[in-house]
Amino acid sequence: MKLPIFLDNHSTTPMDPRVLETMLPYFVEKFGNAASRNHAFGWAAEEAVENARKQIAKLIKADPKEIVFTSGATESDNLAIKGVVEMYKEKGDHIITSSTEHRAVLDTVKVLEGKGKATATYLPVDKFGMVSPEDVRKAITEKTILISVMLANNEIGTINPVKEIGKIAKGKGILFHCDATQGVGKIPVDVQDMGIDLMSFSAHKIYGPKGVGALYVRKKNPRVRITAQMDGGGHERGMRSGTLPVPLIVGFGKACEVCEQEMVKDTARLIAMRDRLEASIMKALEESYLNGHPTNRLPGNLNISFAYVEGESLLMGMKDIALSSGSACTSATLEPSYVLRALGVGTDLAHSSIRFGLGRFNTDDEIDYTVEKVVEVVTRLREMSPLYEMAKEGVDLKSVQWASH
Amino acid sequence: MAYSDKVVDHFNNPRNMGSFKKDEEGVGTGMVGAPECGDVMKLQIKVQNDTIVDAKFKTFGCGSAIASSSLATEWLKGRTIEEAQKIKNTDIVQELNLPPVKIHCSVLAEDAIKAALADYQKKSDGALTDAK
Repeated sequence: MKLPIFLDNHSTTPMDPRVLETMLPYFVEKFGNAASRNHAFGWAAEEAVENARKQIAKLIKADPKEIVFTSGATESDNLAIKGVVEMYKEKGDHIITSSTEHRAVLDTVKVLEGKGKATATYLPVDKFGMVSPEDVRKAITEKTILISVMLANNEIGTINPVKEIGKIAKGKGILFHCDATQGVGKIPVDVQDMGIDLMSFSAHKIYGPKGVGALYVRKKNPRVRITAQMDGGGHERGMRSGTLPVPLIVGFGKACEVCEQEMVKDTARLIAMRDRLEASIMKALEESYLNGHPTNRLPGNLNISFAYVEGESLLMGMKDIALSSGSACTSATLEPSYVLRALGVGTDLAHSSIRFGLGRFNTDDEIDYTVEKVVEVVTRLREMSPLYEMAKEGVDLKSVQWASH
Repeated sequence: MAYSDKVVDHFNNPRNMGSFKKDEEGVGTGMVGAPECGDVMKLQIKVQNDTIVDAKFKTFGCGSAIASSSLATEWLKGRTIEEAQKIKNTDIVQELNLPPVKIHCSVLAEDAIKAALADYQKKSDGALTDAK
């Protein structure tokens, strides 16, 4: 076993060697511009791009023509939301989204609100982090032009009832955008069955290269139109100008193909490892709380709050394991995770959360080591915690008058 | 964020971690911060003849908060009450090489020192009044 261990697969993933191998010829030998229509270099590049488009479309049950390449999911979210708001401004300006969306969605919506180009409703989530389709229905107004709800949450892995939301959107003739960055390649996605009109996802979350993503844009029933956010050569059916990064796209395609072929196997392995990690930690450490949905969540996700210890100190104690925390100390702002807060997790427990993100290349040995380390470090830090001491003495921490600073 | 070697050292080998009994004679206890803010420090001093002979801490917080309080106990030992009052958060920032986002940890440590000293003084004043 090699240290450090990477258990932060929601942030990014290592590239699959099979993906890298597929990409290599497209740097030096087959370097053509896919938009060059009149020579062999261009044709080879175009062929590679179209092949990748097919591989990507197949994974999400779309038509290859419905795939628009972007630089990543953040750009896809921006393009989808700003593009729809601009294109359909005659129809209305209201957006429905949820409070646990990724910042790429929330901040985009907030910017549009700030500029007076849109109004928005931010739906709450239940204690597991799920959006209620009924809430979506109730939030719809005559001015609603877009519903944007994520497939699976990046912190807690909770999977939303996207199909039900898609059905409601369709029934009302409202476009449905889904940020599926954490879900595509991990769980089955079918844009037809789920009633999705626009969908963002990226390659580096599924063992592909960084710097490339896609926006699925439905072509019929309805034919979705978006206003381009960048002017230029009119690539990607006029929706996203810019020379296509052929090697990245080839890698993206291959990554999707591998995910499609190995999803069943990967999922079974990940769930077994994740459940073992969860059970072992919970058994060894009292007052550890699971954040998110107990079953309806991404196979590789495990988010736990360890009462009485602070997240960043936990990460520091486990420096040979790459993890992430909802603690404020790990973010630029002074607030702990807004996702955990939206679930109703107390600020104190939000500060104490750790996200384990398992991926294709983690091993059983790594899980064993992680369990051992987590138990050791949480125990040590609890010994050091005045809160743990007080709780052990029977003090109700909620009744204490804290001298806040 | 990269931690300074000194923060890492205090985090891995905390000095004077633990507790005194609060009602023990000569013990002053300071508890500052709040769980909602992500850091709570408990700092205790044991005083004999106006000199701090021992100090202990327990901290819920990030590595820098733990290091700041650990360092504070080291500095408190052997000082008189008057000398202890002079410990400033900026001294802690300098010693631990804390980055700007972690300065609040040093402020909290200074507050904890002040609170422990105040508690000791309140207790000893009370003892004097009782004696009269």
